[in-house]
Amino acid sequence: MTQSRLSYLQAFPLFAIMLVFLVIPTVMIVAVSFWDYNAFSIIPDFIWDNYDFLLTSPVTWQAYGTTFFYALTSWALTLVIGFTAAYYMAFHLRTTKAQTICFLLATIPFLTSNIIRMISWIPLLGRNGLVNQALLSMGLIDNPLEFLLYSDFSVILAFVHLYTLFMVVPIFNSMMRIDRKLVEAAIDAGASPLQVLTQVIIPLSKSGITIGTIFVFTLVMGDFITVRLMSGGLSASVGVLIYNEITLLQYPAAAAGAVTLLLTVLMMLAILFRFANIREDL
Amino acid sequence: MNTTGKRPKSFYFLTAFFALFILFLYGPTLTIGILSFQGPSGGLTFPMNGVSLHWYFKLFETQAVGDFGGSLTRSLLLALAVMITTMVISLSAGMAFRKKFRGSGLLFYLTVVSLIIPSILVSLGIGLLFNQAGVEPTWYGSAFGAHLTWTLPFGLLIMFAVFNRFDKSFEAAATDMCATRFQTLRFVVIPLILPSLVGVGLFGFTLSYDEFARTIMTSGSQNTLPLEIFGMTTNVTTPVLYALGTLTTLISFAAIVGTLATLSLLKRRRSRIQAG
Repeated sequence: MTQSRLSYLQAFPLFAIMLVFLVIPTVMIVAVSFWDYNAFSIIPDFIWDNYDFLLTSPVTWQAYGTTFFYALTSWALTLVIGFTAAYYMAFHLRTTKAQTICFLLATIPFLTSNIIRMISWIPLLGRNGLVNQALLSMGLIDNPLEFLLYSDFSVILAFVHLYTLFMVVPIFNSMMRIDRKLVEAAIDAGASPLQVLTQVIIPLSKSGITIGTIFVFTLVMGDFITVRLMSGGLSASVGVLIYNEITLLQYPAAAAGAVTLLLTVLMMLAILFRFANIREDL
Repeated sequence: MNTTGKRPKSFYFLTAFFALFILFLYGPTLTIGILSFQGPSGGLTFPMNGVSLHWYFKLFETQAVGDFGGSLTRSLLLALAVMITTMVISLSAGMAFRKKFRGSGLLFYLTVVSLIIPSILVSLGIGLLFNQAGVEPTWYGSAFGAHLTWTLPFGLLIMFAVFNRFDKSFEAAATDMCATRFQTLRFVVIPLILPSLVGVGLFGFTLSYDEFARTIMTSGSQNTLPLEIFGMTTNVTTPVLYALGTLTTLISFAAIVGTLATLSLLKRRRSRIQAG
């Protein structure tokens, strides 16, 4: 067998799955977004009504505003926390063993259930939760704080809790590949610790930062479950709108919302991909 | 930065920061772990009202909280199937990508897009596709495919990282000694990359076991565990929810610890072979 034919054969299963479960479903969504529907069924058609309704509804614009607010805030927080944690592991831990242990400690939560990690904030943040109990008993507040749970605060807290890992891992990965001699050279040349950080380490971690940014942005933009659970149904992101339409069986409306969301995410990715070459950064 | 000598002040500050970060990651989950041992009259928050296994027993009384046993079985079987499939297909595709072939760039970007496309879109698309094709969505059919669109990109990216560092001279040596392609794969390549392959399996298993968004439209009439838990968050207001959360977290942990133990065993065996 020739090498190229073998390559095709080896790549085929991946291609087949992506075709059947990614490409065709996406085409399907685009098609259905132009269909008509009534209370009982969806009807093949070609109408602009779904988009017309979507793009002229103030609810949509509000949801996009909320979604961008969540995405930007979560991005800024995960970046600062993730960068600091990665920097600590890469430059302050001296042995590979310590680095491995800390890296594993930070990675393991990513492999457990998101929904359970969200639920686990309830006994801490609720009206009678630990935080309120502690603040009350210390006499710092007279009444329980209401904004802790089912608010924008709890939504963003949950996003940071769930997704900071997606910043830590790629940034740590690119930091580990920085030649330590460059840092030493900078110090020898009289750079202050702050200058080393801003002029050597941050520029050389750029691709990790970009990959982390891509992850956090796309995950938050497409999320519906975190927003639904942690806002107690009080705020609506774009994902929540789509999810609500799905539960109401308004598939063409949901599909139009999904296509719009996809285009928004793809536009943002097109901008972000200019900053990193994923394939060469592995 | 410095490998010996006195630690700078920033080290202690950053150690405290990192410790807080770890506490932030694990603290809440530990809290529900503790609260799941509430006594029968205990509620969703502290203080603890006695200590018991009451809520764990409740979990197995099917009528009370839905079909916990069935959904757990389905999730475990699905995760196992996804794990094996992800390992095989990622390895195969990883091998293919070592040589340039026509369409390789397209396939690569397709796989990356699969990772960053909103999950709800994948779920909705597959659900619609199966409905329109007149095929009933099932957890072992459509949901299986939906999970693969999430696990395969991780698998492929790990394989890329592996093969970028792979020393081709081992294979060349095997070929020189008249090994067939299959023998080279079976006795040279796979043993060398086995640890990473086990890692791919771990990702496949746990990502599928905990996946909610890509399951919601694709699992048909029978729930997987994450769907069951999501249902419970809206209508269960007893610590039975925490018991379920703790139990599934323990299963995820068992998978992770088992994998890490396998990896260290592999590493030890390898260093013994190299020493002997």
